[in-house]
Amino acid sequence: MTRITVNVDGTKYSDEVEPRTLLVQYLRESLGKTGTVIGCDTSNCGACTVHLDGTSVKSCNMLAVQADGHEVTTIEGLAKNGELHPLQTAFHECHALQCGYCTPGMIMQSCDLLKNNPDPSEQEIREGLEGNLCRCTGYQNIVKAVQQAARQGKESGQQSGQGDADGNPVDLNEAEQTVGATS
Amino acid sequence: MIPATFDYLAPTSVADAIAALEEHGDEAKVLAGGQSLLPILRMRLNAPGVVIDLGKISELQGVTEDGDDLVIGAMTTYFDVLASDAVSTHAALLNKAIATVADPQIRHRGTIGGALVHADPAGDVGAPALALGASFVIAGPGGATRTVAADDFFEDLFQTAVGEGELLTQIRVPKHTGWGAHYEKFVRVSHQWSIVGIAATVRSEGGAIAEARVGLTNMGSTPLRAKAVEEALVGQPATDEAVRAAVAQVADGTNPPSDLNGDSDYRKHLATVLTRRAVLAAAGA
Repeated sequence: MTRITVNVDGTKYSDEVEPRTLLVQYLRESLGKTGTVIGCDTSNCGACTVHLDGTSVKSCNMLAVQADGHEVTTIEGLAKNGELHPLQTAFHECHALQCGYCTPGMIMQSCDLLKNNPDPSEQEIREGLEGNLCRCTGYQNIVKAVQQAARQGKESGQQSGQGDADGNPVDLNEAEQTVGATS
Repeated sequence: MIPATFDYLAPTSVADAIAALEEHGDEAKVLAGGQSLLPILRMRLNAPGVVIDLGKISELQGVTEDGDDLVIGAMTTYFDVLASDAVSTHAALLNKAIATVADPQIRHRGTIGGALVHADPAGDVGAPALALGASFVIAGPGGATRTVAADDFFEDLFQTAVGEGELLTQIRVPKHTGWGAHYEKFVRVSHQWSIVGIAATVRSEGGAIAEARVGLTNMGSTPLRAKAVEEALVGQPATDEAVRAAVAQVADGTNPPSDLNGDSDYRKHLATVLTRRAVLAAAGA
């Protein structure tokens, strides 16, 4: 057994884990974070996507011990003060899901995409989500949801004057940046 | 799918990692970014007794410049290589090839050194490294280091010059400042391994090709460099006709695999088409 200390969704955890434990297993079975799901189990589908220190990773394709000393954000940590993250709202409003199984990973990857590119074209959204598979929607409404969240981010960025040097919004990922404040 | 049981070591220096490799010998497997190793462990295609994770060795991460070379730490992630202005400026070919690897999540974790030592012939990093004439710094027991030239690095399927008890620590890439570059990858679905990939970088002078470097992905058991084609391209205008003729023999002497994606002859045909496209794109035509 190996002791790891990980900050997950703003809470610090210290646990003994078997080295072979996958990060997704640790999140689901040890911490009860079942919002992160296991889809293909072969690192193809992206359903298990979480953020490690603010960048997206497939949590079925890394060991829990590799997360030692790092911050993990799951879909359960995106909402802030009971308010859904703009991407969660957009997926809801645009009907960007049918069965919903790919949704946690889609939202986490979309969040990463908008962090790096706050105003993506349709093609950039499709390429940014190439590691996430959906068997229901045909992707149309997923792309629309990301576009809506990007638009909202832009508007709120303009209203609050929080744009970066290029006038792009910077507050869409605020929920994530404050993760860890409680530990 | 869960890997078989193993012991886990996370050394914080190259010296400690080498010592761990010496101690555990055949039993040990090195974990870099893990994006190829984790699926292998989970499918139990390999079941090492000890996994040595290099993730906590900060000296292996990052891109620096050393005179006429770029020095890329073996544990630098694809994402960080892509984000490096030095790489885009001085080794654009590497940037173009790595941008096609897998998907964003994999690129956040996967490392350039891990991919090179794994040496999957369908991987996209070997051919550009070969074409750019990279050299490979390998650390061994007792603080020894040696440098292996690109042409001697890839030995066979999944086999490189990195021997038992050794670690790849740096990839040194000669600067190709001002060279145009293109990686032409043929796949049928998104984030797939290359069926065939062609890495081309070109220095143009007065509308003609002054120098060219061409690397081939998945055209044999190792990445290959097409030196005859490189020579044939020198002095040619960057036109469809001239480049088509110069690259026509690119598949000569290669022995690409046959599989469900296509047979060997099909890959040879693909190589000529993709090389023409890659060279023309690299020459800005």
